[in-house]
Amino acid sequence: MAKLELTQSLTGHKGIVWNVSWHPLGNIFASCGEDKTIKLWHKEGEEWKVKAVLVDGHQRTIREVAWSPCGNLLASASFDATTAIWDKKSGQFECNATLEGHENEVKSVAWSPSGHLLATCGRDKSVWVWEVAGDDEYECAAVLNAHNQDVKKVAWHPSLDILASASYDNNVKMYKEDPNDNDWTCIATLQSHESTVWSLAFDKTGERLATCSDDNTVKIWKEYKPDNQEGVAMADRDAVWKCVCTLSGYHTRCIYDIAWCHKTGLIATACGDDIIRIFKETVDSDPNAPTFDLVSTKLDAHAQDVNCVKWNPTGNKELLSCSDDGSIKVWKLEE
Amino acid sequence: MAKVADNINPLIYEKRSEREVTSTDRDEDVADDFDEREIFDMIRNINDPEHPLTLEDLRVVEEGNIIINNKENSVHVRFTPTIPHCSMATLIGLSIRVQLLRALPSRFKVTVTVSEGSHASEHAVNKQLADKERVAAALENNNLVQIINQCISTALAG
Repeated sequence: MAKLELTQSLTGHKGIVWNVSWHPLGNIFASCGEDKTIKLWHKEGEEWKVKAVLVDGHQRTIREVAWSPCGNLLASASFDATTAIWDKKSGQFECNATLEGHENEVKSVAWSPSGHLLATCGRDKSVWVWEVAGDDEYECAAVLNAHNQDVKKVAWHPSLDILASASYDNNVKMYKEDPNDNDWTCIATLQSHESTVWSLAFDKTGERLATCSDDNTVKIWKEYKPDNQEGVAMADRDAVWKCVCTLSGYHTRCIYDIAWCHKTGLIATACGDDIIRIFKETVDSDPNAPTFDLVSTKLDAHAQDVNCVKWNPTGNKELLSCSDDGSIKVWKLEE
Repeated sequence: MAKVADNINPLIYEKRSEREVTSTDRDEDVADDFDEREIFDMIRNINDPEHPLTLEDLRVVEEGNIIINNKENSVHVRFTPTIPHCSMATLIGLSIRVQLLRALPSRFKVTVTVSEGSHASEHAVNKQLADKERVAAALENNNLVQIINQCISTALAG
């Protein structure tokens, strides 16, 4: 049995901490929350300490922060209906661009693997794709209205410009740009969850997706391409996504976040029952009906709901979590 | 223009008597867990958004519709709108939620739902009240917070 060992508990935010995000190098991370600030943390010796506090970028709660793949830019999504882009060209982190267009709360923001595209989504049921047009310039490339409720999360495929979104309407959608007319369209709807889908995470290949929901389950989806050996039918599409595994009976409340480590393959979940759980695919797992073992359960990981979990991108089994209780915790999985 | 209430002439019910203090209440050695009556007392005097009456007067909340589990830190309150098309159902539920969030220790997980079969949009109202992100966003709306504060301002005065 693996064990999640607490390395450090960090306080400093006032109120709910909604999200944490690792810098691509894994030596810095950003956090954000109800107090409308972004904090940047780095390691001094063995201790994580605040390196910078970014204020005055947003008028309301900051829901999510995301580093660009190059690590030079930080995007922040806020309930104030804007997304801010921060950089440190001047030596210090400053907000040099603000993306406006959503009618109300922006819930999520994500950079494409190339760093040329940015996606945002929100309460107004839409998903926006933004193109990085130049220095501090962003152009809206698409407004996607495929969902019919609040959109909670956006995430990009790890290597292709394919976007996935999760919604209060219980569905997950995928989008791609049509090379013929440069129009972004919905290419798949993943239907199976029975309540709000809060988060989603691709595996390292991008051929599988993990989703988590208010229905207390985690689902694993697999992509089937045309002429697949398994004989999964295509209806005039590039690919279909099928739910190949449902992890039920493990979580007792809403699951707010899920993280799939691209180095170790480990899956972590953040749950409203204050628990962090770690799952690992079994060795003899069938690709078309995979099985996952619960390898670690950290009871009372936080004093309140766990909102977010993130694996260190270097694959060192370091995990970040944050909570309604106002704290951020750094963990290490010992196997 | 004064807005006409959804239910112009609601039934008014008799209030419960005050809680009687028992000898164990004064005994420092007896663990004093939260009970259903205590939760009821926290929410019974919340004002209805449309009438100068409390949620108890209108039997929107009842002690029998409250479940508390101290061990699991969970509280579940079911409330009953006075009519099945009550447009105020979400606001009433939000007021109950806010009152309990403020009055109870943060370890408690509060669930607020409409009583089964008591509202036309039961599922939609329940889903919205359960979505903490939407509740958090709603509570950043000053106008809404003012209305909620008015509803719960007398909640603990009774």
